Amino acid sequence: MTTARIPLLHRYANPAAFGRLAAQILPWTAGASAILLGLGLYFGLFASPPDYQQGESVRIMYVHVPAAIMSEVVYGLMAAAAAAGIIWKHALADLFVKAAAPLGAAFTFICLAAGSLWGKPMWGAWWVWDARLTSELVLFFLYLGYLALVDAFDDPQRGLKAGAILVLVGVVDLPIIKFSVDWWNTLHQPASLMTLSGPKVDPSMLLPLMLMIGGFTTFFITVVLMRLESELLARRIRAWRTAAGDE
Amino acid sequence: MTSFATFLAMGGYGGYVWPAYGLTLLAFAGMLVWTMATLKARRREEQGLSAAGRSRRGRREAK
Amino acid sequence: MNAALALFLHDLRLQLRHGTDLIAPLAFFVLATLMVPLGVGPEPNLLARLAPGMLWITALLATLLALDRLFQRDFEDGTLDLLALSPLPLELAVLAKVAAHWVTTGLPLLIIAPVLGVMLHLDTGSYVTLEISLLLGTPVLSMIGAFGAAVTLGARRGGALLALLVLPLYVPILIFATSAIGAAGEGLSPRPHLLLLASVFAGGIVLVPFAAAAALRNALE
Repeated sequence: MTTARIPLLHRYANPAAFGRLAAQILPWTAGASAILLGLGLYFGLFASPPDYQQGESVRIMYVHVPAAIMSEVVYGLMAAAAAAGIIWKHALADLFVKAAAPLGAAFTFICLAAGSLWGKPMWGAWWVWDARLTSELVLFFLYLGYLALVDAFDDPQRGLKAGAILVLVGVVDLPIIKFSVDWWNTLHQPASLMTLSGPKVDPSMLLPLMLMIGGFTTFFITVVLMRLESELLARRIRAWRTAAGDE
Repeated sequence: MTSFATFLAMGGYGGYVWPAYGLTLLAFAGMLVWTMATLKARRREEQGLSAAGRSRRGRREAK
Repeated sequence: MNAALALFLHDLRLQLRHGTDLIAPLAFFVLATLMVPLGVGPEPNLLARLAPGMLWITALLATLLALDRLFQRDFEDGTLDLLALSPLPLELAVLAKVAAHWVTTGLPLLIIAPVLGVMLHLDTGSYVTLEISLLLGTPVLSMIGAFGAAVTLGARRGGALLALLVLPLYVPILIFATSAIGAAGEGLSPRPHLLLLASVFAGGIVLVPFAAAAALRNALE
């Protein structure tokens, strides 16, 4: 038996090993998430002032903006992982993309829903085609497309790889899409003064915003680690089933 | 009591603020519960399959 | 390069042999455009405002219609495997196939579009821009669509999935093209919009074949 050292990352493609690593990290991220979200809710809903123009409705910003940020950060992380999977061919990379996708889609959905609820009292309509919401909507469909594609193959490995390529194309297109939506928006709504981030972010509003962003981030890390272990287990289960079928 | 009612009313915007936070909470809870449930089920299944696999291998090697 | 040209001509000949295959996307384009006044009323000013967008949206959908079979036949009969193994780079092969596809799909759209523009009361100043936008835009539609076809090759429900994947990627092309036509109709210069469209064309024609080839290799493994 050789005593070759298993490369660090490859060791964690084993679900049991990954599970042990996750079990060490998870309590910290979960705890941090609970604290940050709790404090964020306290400051956001309670101990911060209403906006001069938008009144109490500005409190929606404390979920809308973090969700918007997460929706884009998660897609960026997915793209980085997809690239890593293609370059280094590590199993964890493609599985991370799959693990993160539903979470990114959920954040996008929260952003759209909260944005709609914020827009109704502000602009009088449940939906407005402003640049941010429209871009988020397209991003939502980029997520849905990935989720549909990755599960559409009988061979899961093929699905993961196809999905990875799709995400890479998507991440290159995303800035172009956002630019084109901005372009379109300025052409059709030249007098648009209101943006959904409010006129200015007062320092007293910055604290709950940062707390919520931190809470959303740590929540994402917690859940994505669990989903990653889950995907590794699913892969192991398929391997066992195939082995049992061969005998 | 009135201060809680005022808190709920959110300056007239309560009908928008609370559903926004409510939906967010639902989404977070959904992500968490779904993930944990799937993880638990898969852990159980994997343990069952690997135990069965090991016992099968043991029987084979014993022949 | 000769091999790519040969592939292009071969594919073109194959597509032209099944002449009836060419009719469906074109007929769809015409029919869908004719649905517009039936749906929104024949008032000329309204149609004129809707015309750039509606022409482009129906062009988009017509292109999608024709994409399904781009790689399917070759995938099933093994030609795609041979292409992947041949000395011709798969990226160039993709480009050649897409070019043949465009000649039978995009080019007819280009030719019939002015007629449909007349029926939708398109502003008289917009026709040249309409043609330029289609000339620049439809090849990119074909190229991105080919990527969609490649990445869904071997997937279940490939057709509907293809639309879901490709339509978000089409958004910039739709926006730049229709804003160009709209600008021309108002007497403004369409140049900035067309230049953006041209850069999307340049970038797309160069970069997307690599993504499509990677997706094909994944499907062939």
